Amino acid sequence: MAVQTARRAEKLPGGRVNLAGRGSALGDRAFQGIAFAFAASILVLIVTIFVVLFVDARVALAQEGLRFITGQVWNPNESIFGALPYIYGTIFTSLIGLLIATPIAVGASLYIVEYAPNWLRAPISFIVELLAVIPSVIYGFWGLAVLAPFLRDRVERPLKAALGDVPVLNALVEGPARGRDMFVAGVILSIMILPTIMSVAREVISTVPGTQREGMLALGATKWEMIKGAVLPYARGGIVGAAILGLGRAIGETMAVTMLIGNSSTKISWSLLTPGYTMASAIANQFADANSAVHFSAIIGVAVVLLFVTGAVNLVARLIVSRFGGDTRATGI
Amino acid sequence: MQGQMTAPSIPGARPRLSLEASDGQARRRKIVNGIMTTLIGAAALLGVSILGIILGYIIVKGAPALNLDFFTKAPPALGEAGGGVAPAIRGSLLIVGLASLVGIPVGLGAGIYLAEFGRGRFADTVRFIADLMTGLPSIAIGAVAWALLVKRGIGTYNAIAGSVALAIIMIPIITRTTEEILKLVPNNLREASLALGTPRWKTIVSVVLPVARSGILTGVILSVARVSGETAPLLLTVLGNSFASNNLRGPMAALPLEIYQYATKSPFADSFTKAWGASLVLIIIIGLLSLSVRLAARLGGPQARR
Amino acid sequence: MSTSERRGRETATIETAQTGIADGRGMAPASASPAEMAQAAQEKAQVREVIEQKAGGGVSLVAEGVNAWYGSTHAIKDVSMTFRANEVTALIGPSGCGKSTFLRCLNRMHEVLAGARVEGKILIDGQDIYGKGVDSVRVRRHIGMVFQKPNPFPMMSIYDNVIAGLKLNGIRKRKSEMDETVEHSLRGAALWNEVKDKLKESGASLSGGQQQRLCIARTIAVEPEVVLMDEPCSALDPISTYKIEELIGELKQKYTIAIVTHNMQQASRVADWTSFMLAGDAGYGQLVEYGRTEQIFTQPQDKRTEDYITGRFG
Repeated sequence: MAVQTARRAEKLPGGRVNLAGRGSALGDRAFQGIAFAFAASILVLIVTIFVVLFVDARVALAQEGLRFITGQVWNPNESIFGALPYIYGTIFTSLIGLLIATPIAVGASLYIVEYAPNWLRAPISFIVELLAVIPSVIYGFWGLAVLAPFLRDRVERPLKAALGDVPVLNALVEGPARGRDMFVAGVILSIMILPTIMSVAREVISTVPGTQREGMLALGATKWEMIKGAVLPYARGGIVGAAILGLGRAIGETMAVTMLIGNSSTKISWSLLTPGYTMASAIANQFADANSAVHFSAIIGVAVVLLFVTGAVNLVARLIVSRFGGDTRATGI
Repeated sequence: MQGQMTAPSIPGARPRLSLEASDGQARRRKIVNGIMTTLIGAAALLGVSILGIILGYIIVKGAPALNLDFFTKAPPALGEAGGGVAPAIRGSLLIVGLASLVGIPVGLGAGIYLAEFGRGRFADTVRFIADLMTGLPSIAIGAVAWALLVKRGIGTYNAIAGSVALAIIMIPIITRTTEEILKLVPNNLREASLALGTPRWKTIVSVVLPVARSGILTGVILSVARVSGETAPLLLTVLGNSFASNNLRGPMAALPLEIYQYATKSPFADSFTKAWGASLVLIIIIGLLSLSVRLAARLGGPQARR
Repeated sequence: MSTSERRGRETATIETAQTGIADGRGMAPASASPAEMAQAAQEKAQVREVIEQKAGGGVSLVAEGVNAWYGSTHAIKDVSMTFRANEVTALIGPSGCGKSTFLRCLNRMHEVLAGARVEGKILIDGQDIYGKGVDSVRVRRHIGMVFQKPNPFPMMSIYDNVIAGLKLNGIRKRKSEMDETVEHSLRGAALWNEVKDKLKESGASLSGGQQQRLCIARTIAVEPEVVLMDEPCSALDPISTYKIEELIGELKQKYTIAIVTHNMQQASRVADWTSFMLAGDAGYGQLVEYGRTEQIFTQPQDKRTEDYITGRFG
């Protein structure tokens, strides 16, 4: 096929070689034009997303001004929209998730890179990364049916009994242990972001040169001292990037959190047992009731804030990871 | 033998070298090493067993719900036993199918552009935006579709809005994987074809794309698997529907939504059984899609990175 | 080949060894200003001072029937030889002859690679490092190693690089004593003058030759008995190579040194003893010949050694 095309253009009637090749140039231009249009459509999409969000958020943002992100009262009936409790809930649950997931992810990565026999490496990575394939709603349901009762009875109640009378620390366990709260949401988030953090951390740790490990061992280091002294410092930047990437995922996570966080208190509290909201769960809980124009606009406003926070966190994570030699695409799915 | 090995220069001056971890300090280091090794192993075990626990629950609790009715019948009135999730399965297929119809060509086209023509500011911008979009929360994209097509546009919850949201999620994923795969195709293949006088577009269509076929397919299937489980954007747009419906301009049932409804909105014991069953079906669908990726990988050619 | 024939070639052999195979490394700097020469002299004096404090500190290392495998690949077979105390022993041979593998067996670094295995005895101070109850971590503290590619820890300062080994061994010293150890070790590695004003900078900020000397300082800071060097100059320029070769000559008064090298000139310059290893058709490396360096380079007893040092293969 290719050869035929070439032959056709070889000679003109006068015997001169045709270099103009009009037919193929036209095809090339058309093909490139179509591909260009598709690529451009991505830009159109992002512009549309931002325009729609900003236009629709305008009413609420105009009404509340800066109070939209600093106000602590969200009351659609009286048309007061302060999203701070949602922002707080997002940060609080995401940090709980990060705090639990990062050590486990780094530990699992270290096991895979430094300890596991060759044949076991790929299977462990594969299995942990399969966690990323499970849909959020299934995590939420499993959390409701299995994890929440377990955490309520085995963790929250004992914790409350232990810390309830300790000054300062009792603020962490204020309120009844219901199993629908910030803590449970944070734990489910930790499971969901585990594969994200692990796959990047594993990649970063495996880029630590063998010479660094040998240098430490040859000084008489135990394996753990080698990890602590040579591997982790070298991989530190990339691991931080991996954790921030996980944070980005946690911040935007909706269904599982919505199903487990309680969605009933806008109190800003240190208590792990607060049945609060995140930005995403607030949207998922309120969109159906958004009958007034301002309420609708306020919900879109929350989406705008969410978009900016995740965008910023992802950007920072990608910059850090790419600077330290990892590959963020490894987390694609 | 022994004599030959002792230090020759200052006989007797040196205490014998200790090669055993005998003193307290060495023992302590050994113990710390042991503890940390155990913790690291435990972290790996935990990561692996969480998947086992979750899948175990879904399979054990979901399997009893599965029977022929579950796949062929509509759900009964709330609280009644029996019936199935047929409308939800069909709804999911419709919504995801429609999203793929839009998302796959756009994603492929954009990916081809970036890989084959993508130099300069414009391409860099598209690449950057596509990367950024893969990190956007799906509920924010759902909110856009909700504002544009539910609150305005069609004016009611509808399947089209859901498909649009899913397509927006798919496009950047397909774009980036397609680009990555096409970049792995060796340049000398392109040059060989161009040197024969084949036009650029024909080189891409008949030489480059076939070589990258299985890798591109992998990326496409993974993106379909990913959006099949998406719930938040559908909740805001498609909403869910207890009845079978083919009306794309109205609310429709979908598997993820069905799980959400059964898990949270219904107080009956049977609802949980149905939710487990629906979860199992959804996991099987996503599992089959991912498995077909593994098979596609066997077909050879450059692969998407996992 | 008869002995007389071999003798007849002696002169040619030496010439080839010195010029024919020369690859430009190990040459002394051709021109040096008086200031540079003065500094070099000062440095030498410093090294010597450090060395003399522990003269004769090395102990001998004896390998008996050492075999090593990578998975199912038999890498070296039945190697037995002695590394004499306070002398430099060079291991030479073509690529893939197992000399680096053998060196790594000497401080149990071979076994850290997945699937790697060692059999045989290696005795230090009369004790088998592969014996029962022996802790590989302890072994490496007594038998230090310098690697082919300089590998300072980039996230640590020069100062912290030097005391990294001491910290591991939990040797807690007062700040002033630590400072002393750092200076002492850096002087011992002929690096002090170049880095004394930037001890807080990263170890990665140094040039390749300086990095390698930092690695030597780091190794001698824990006061090992034996120092193993795996082609320590192969990644360095001629001037840095020259400095390290000089350093080896000084260090041997304090330590027993084993050095793997590709460069036969280097072996002839720095080593008291030389052993030649070769991988036969069976694939595994074996010791072919071991002897005084002059003897190996002038009167090799084995035809294969002679072929190698005259540049006929490898």
